[in-house]
Amino acid sequence: MPDSPDLKIDRSCCVPLLALFGGATLWLGVSSVLGLLASIKFHAPDFLANCAWLTYGRLQPAADDALLYGFCLPAGLGVALWLLARLSQTPLHGAVIPVFAANLWHLGVLVGLVAILIGDSTGFAWLEFPRGGSVPIFFAYLLLALWAMMIFAGRRERALYPSQWFLVAALFWFPWIYSTANLFLVAWPVRGVVQAVIGWWFANNLLVVWTGLVGLGVAFYFLPKFTGRPLQTHYLALFAFWTFILFATWCGIPPGAPVPAWLPALSAVAAALLIVPLLAVGIVGWRTVWGSIKSKWDNGPFCFVGFGVDCFCLSGLMLMAMACPKISLVTQFTWFGSAETQLRLYGFFAMTMFGAVYYLLPRAVGIEFPFPKLARVHFWLSLAGIALLILPLAIGGVIQGLKLQNPDVAFADITKAMLPFLRISTTGLLFLLLGNLLFFVNVMGLTLHWKVALLKKFIAFVKSPMDETSACTSLRRDKGVQA
Amino acid sequence: MKNGFLVFLASLIALGGSWCGFVLAPVLQLGGGKQTTILNSTDLYPVGRPGMANQGLQVYRANGCAACHTEQIQQSGVTCDVVLTSAGKSPLAVTNAISSLKLNNIDKVAADAAVDAITAAGGKAEIHIIATGPDITRGWGRRRSVVEDFLYDDPVQLGSLRIGPDLADVGTSRPDANWQLVHLFAPQSVVTDSAMPPFRYLFHVQRINGEPSPDALVFPKGFGPRAGYEVVPTPQAQELVAYLLSLHTDVPLHDAPFTQPLVVSKP
Repeated sequence: MPDSPDLKIDRSCCVPLLALFGGATLWLGVSSVLGLLASIKFHAPDFLANCAWLTYGRLQPAADDALLYGFCLPAGLGVALWLLARLSQTPLHGAVIPVFAANLWHLGVLVGLVAILIGDSTGFAWLEFPRGGSVPIFFAYLLLALWAMMIFAGRRERALYPSQWFLVAALFWFPWIYSTANLFLVAWPVRGVVQAVIGWWFANNLLVVWTGLVGLGVAFYFLPKFTGRPLQTHYLALFAFWTFILFATWCGIPPGAPVPAWLPALSAVAAALLIVPLLAVGIVGWRTVWGSIKSKWDNGPFCFVGFGVDCFCLSGLMLMAMACPKISLVTQFTWFGSAETQLRLYGFFAMTMFGAVYYLLPRAVGIEFPFPKLARVHFWLSLAGIALLILPLAIGGVIQGLKLQNPDVAFADITKAMLPFLRISTTGLLFLLLGNLLFFVNVMGLTLHWKVALLKKFIAFVKSPMDETSACTSLRRDKGVQA
Repeated sequence: MKNGFLVFLASLIALGGSWCGFVLAPVLQLGGGKQTTILNSTDLYPVGRPGMANQGLQVYRANGCAACHTEQIQQSGVTCDVVLTSAGKSPLAVTNAISSLKLNNIDKVAADAAVDAITAAGGKAEIHIIATGPDITRGWGRRRSVVEDFLYDDPVQLGSLRIGPDLADVGTSRPDANWQLVHLFAPQSVVTDSAMPPFRYLFHVQRINGEPSPDALVFPKGFGPRAGYEVVPTPQAQELVAYLLSLHTDVPLHDAPFTQPLVVSKP
């Protein structure tokens, strides 16, 4: 059925999605390579030490930002665009603007990453891009969010599906937190530790709330789709939405920070209350999937999304633990925090996005992935990679924390005790890199097929005797531009 | 929730609330932060870092030092020592009074009681406050880090991961500039098994022409460049070390008190 409404909607998103996912895939690979290089330095501090660009303190933030701003945000925005179009039963009009915005975004990420490597970072965690990078990505986000909101506003049904709440809230979230953080920390910096407080607020709202909103919105769409059961239930999902945005947005100020005590106390209370949305999400996911698990484990995209939701709950529990003052005495300043962040970004968000992209990209473009079987290999490599990265960092972090709390243990001995754990985590990064390369090959292969098909069509159109109306419309439809 | 406007409203309430709490309120409470006075003194704290140290903070930021180092000392509590300063006119009574008292490593209430008992017996005593906690036992600082320590820093580099030791008080614990420079150039030469990467790109290795440079690094035996060469820090390295040496938490404050071991009278 070439003209079914879903197909029309899918095709209308084709070019913007290719632009968003293409760049995102590239940045994902870049992030893996940078992260691996940084990790090798633990085993050989002399490695690449003469190059200022590649010192650990620049490589690690660059790797983190390439993952967050390079992959997570554009991939999330692409999936959100498609999902809102599908749920609203409205095609995307004026595709040229989102395509432009996607390219502007990737340009901003390129500028930002180069800036970090040459030593121009702002010095705030997760906000390292200086103006040259942050301004383009801010406006690119606004354009993409505007287009997504136009789709949403043109929806056929007034009633909203839960995914729409999550995604629309996320669209709104980022411009607010990103502009606040950049204005208060970079443009007109506030004084003293207020900088740190705003930095924590921003990082928490981006890493926990934004990724949570988009990832859960996507999961609540795909889990029912893959299992063939309706979401169990809409009301519980709505409850999860409300409690999540109300509590999660207050987390992030670490106990023991040198700030007035009410700030970390408030965060600790909010983190404890986070158990409510976590339970709600767990129940929604479990009841939606229950009974169909065995039959679906051979379905690639389902594995990714299901694993993602599990990681969301697990990383949420880790977040709660770290906010508890007694536990935080051990976990603060250790690898445990890194483990939580990586679990959230890779295990939850990136995995959910992989699943969504594997499902929707062939439909949007109308071309199958060149190596669909590699998706399963990608899943198992990522699973192994995440386990090998997160578990040693989390366990090692606890051991590191216990040793830090015992002043009889010399600091050099703590460093030594961490080495075996860091070795395993480097292996984990290697697995993730391999998995990400497979993803890269599939997405780039598909894009290449699409370009070749477009070129062939164009040549055929030029050579063909004049039956312009039909050729013209078919070409336009394939380019995703609404005739 | 059938209306898109409600989603917008929900987000506005949730995010607006936390914005007021974690952005607006801290700006109002601390944004106009002022200097405070040092405990038992009229001196103001902090005074801004010298210009070179301020530039060093930018070197610290550019090289991402905060990826591995924190600048926040943690403290679990305080303990008190009661120190007898004068036995007064009847030393025997004071001796009797303190013989039944524990004077070291006690809490504030017990310390006050002990001072009262000694005063009643005609002696004089004072309380020494000692901050406690693993960080302080490790020698990383004298007291916990507080808001005032960061008043003039931009960007504030608190850090969140201790791959290397805390640096909040490194200017007190490692005051030797040459040690700091050598440590930056070749960490393993002064700290065995250090995991810190060398920052050789902040230095020049050059042939000695005539007089050796006065800035040249002095290495421990068995390390350093080959004969006829010297290692000279770039301005960036010197700024970075100036910044490191400007890091102190050795000043007692009202919200983080401790007693200086002995009052050092400066000429």
